[in-house]
Amino acid sequence: MVTLTDEFMLEMQRRMLRIRAFDERASKMVKRGHIPGTVHTSIGQEAQVVGATMALGDNDYMSGNHRSHGHPIGKGSPLGPLMAELQGKGTGVCKGKGGSLHLADFNVGSLGESGIVGSSIPIAMGAALSSQVLGRDTVALAFFGDGAANQGVLYESMNMSGTWKLPVIFLCENNQYALSTPAHTVTSGVIADRAAGFGIPGVRVEDGQDVLAVYAAVSEAVARARRGEGPTLIEVVTYRYNEHSEGLRLGTDYRPSDEREAWLKKDPIVLFREHLIANGHTAEAMDALEAEVLAEVDAAVEFSENSPWPDASVGFDDLYTDSEYAA
Amino acid sequence: MTIENMPMVKAINAGLRAALAKDDRVLLMGEDIGTLGGVFRVTEGLKNEFGSNRVLDTPLAESAIVGTAIGLAMRGYRPVCEIQFDGFIYPAFDQITSQLAKMTSRHEGELPMPVVIRVPYGGHIGAVEHHQESNEAYFAHTAGLRLVSPSNPHDAYWMIQEAIESQDPVLFFEPKSRYWPKGDVNLSANDIPLHASRIARTGTDVTLIGHGAMVSVLLQAAEIAQEEGTSVEVVDLRSLSPVDYGPILDSVRKTGRAVVAQEAPQNVSLGSEIAATITERAFYSLEAPVVRVSGFDVPFPPAKLETIYLPDADRVLDAVDRVLSY
Ligand SMILES: Cc1ncc(C[n+]2csc(CCOP(=O)(O)OP(=O)(O)O)c2C)c(N)n1
Ligand SMILES: [Mg+2]
Repeated sequence: MVTLTDEFMLEMQRRMLRIRAFDERASKMVKRGHIPGTVHTSIGQEAQVVGATMALGDNDYMSGNHRSHGHPIGKGSPLGPLMAELQGKGTGVCKGKGGSLHLADFNVGSLGESGIVGSSIPIAMGAALSSQVLGRDTVALAFFGDGAANQGVLYESMNMSGTWKLPVIFLCENNQYALSTPAHTVTSGVIADRAAGFGIPGVRVEDGQDVLAVYAAVSEAVARARRGEGPTLIEVVTYRYNEHSEGLRLGTDYRPSDEREAWLKKDPIVLFREHLIANGHTAEAMDALEAEVLAEVDAAVEFSENSPWPDASVGFDDLYTDSEYAA
Repeated sequence: MTIENMPMVKAINAGLRAALAKDDRVLLMGEDIGTLGGVFRVTEGLKNEFGSNRVLDTPLAESAIVGTAIGLAMRGYRPVCEIQFDGFIYPAFDQITSQLAKMTSRHEGELPMPVVIRVPYGGHIGAVEHHQESNEAYFAHTAGLRLVSPSNPHDAYWMIQEAIESQDPVLFFEPKSRYWPKGDVNLSANDIPLHASRIARTGTDVTLIGHGAMVSVLLQAAEIAQEEGTSVEVVDLRSLSPVDYGPILDSVRKTGRAVVAQEAPQNVSLGSEIAATITERAFYSLEAPVVRVSGFDVPFPPAKLETIYLPDADRVLDAVDRVLSY
């Protein structure tokens, strides 16, 4: 078991709280029409996100998917420009053009998120290959879901990176559903076991609500990658508390009625709060941390609300780096 | 029997139900289409009614879904695949363009490919990139595929059934912004073949041409033009590949002026093809160049800019003014 400093563990809790508070606010803003379209929240999956992102170093890379607010937050992005991006403001991390589905904060090593499920997995390999070619010890981590694990591109990527021993981590966020589809109805075998076919380690973190368990597994894979020993597939079992995406109004009837209740008892933030308290922190200090984070989210919303709407012309900007031959 | 006030989602659902009931070689496959009934509810109730052998909830794997459908068609089945949103069709691009489109000609016409791929397409729903695209040109460009797109519930009801009966692969583009507006559906009589275009409104001064959700915009523009004293004819393409040029050319020969409208970006688009064909085949009737009204040549923009991106009646009327100014 890795020993972590107090400071580090408090930061873990802070980032989990940030994800929760940010996504809860975003959910509300969607329903009230302050954020256009929909957003996919990581509420319930915070341990899995933070355990993974905090096992990465500042210079490491990651690619995300459609459920990717937590990834940049977990890697330390400030909240204001993320919120502005959701609203479509010019101060957003992608100038308001990416929105929730493409919330890529390149400042924290993001290689981008994608609304096309599975699509951004191989992009992480490119960053990993560059590290290898340039002789750097940075690694890249690709986040994707149990649904994405059924797209062929994952297997092209596992094979290529296994062959070339690329410093990449394939992190499957198995929240047990792809939209309404229960993973067990569409998944042959165990996702983590698929790694064996490519001669790479496959790890299943059964308790994905335990941030330390996730952190330990990802840290080991990162260390392995840095040593030049190649990729690892990690499957983290977790659960999303909200519907597939906010305001979608498809309901959650496709889940057994008591399932969510059971998982709510394993709320990663509550569990880690208890862990911290058991290790000498006071409940008051935990409350204070929670209040601090709520204030951060308030400030992020204020920053975003006060940011001007971009001019419609931004829709035409930046299509190419060289505008000379642009239409 | 005519059902009044039926939305297109229900009309397609009814069409699929009729096809499933009529021919047990018809089966549906796609992501979240069974138990959930599809994210747009188009397949609602069908799994309960016909069972999980006929309505298959598949893994998230578009390439495998279409590939499997091709194999099924080879064995005499009539699979209908759902692609959840327009932009999610790309993982299946290889199967569609290099396998599905080519099987019949590769096998010297011996091998029918009765596969239908349903694609909810287009904008107006305030969603994000990949969820609002009008990407029919990629597929219209590929020989061997048929493409159709209904603009109203009645056509949707019949066209889905005809598409399923077709021996060739049909991509069925459903204008998702028209899923909910209601219309009358005549369940007993279909008056027009799958690949025929239709005059949706008669007029004498300008011909407007479009498909899917664009048709309602064109009809709205025609209303306004009428008040301004311009008589506009509207052609609903219905079939995007092949295009039924007869009614289009007849109309243009009458009016001498044509505007083609589409949500898709303009560069190398279906609208461009139609404009070029009109120019080639009705040149001596034209009083003005054929004008295109399209989305812009940029990725589909953030929701806030959707109304600027998508052609509305106003932009169509600007084009009408232009062709009248010659
Ligand atoms: C190629 C593609 N197919 C379908 C979709 C529609 N869709 C968006 S998210 C999703 C489920 C993804 O499930 P999973 O990978 O497990 O991620 P989760 O949402 O559970 O985090 C689906 C079907 C999509 N965005 N892209
Ligand atoms: Mg999932």
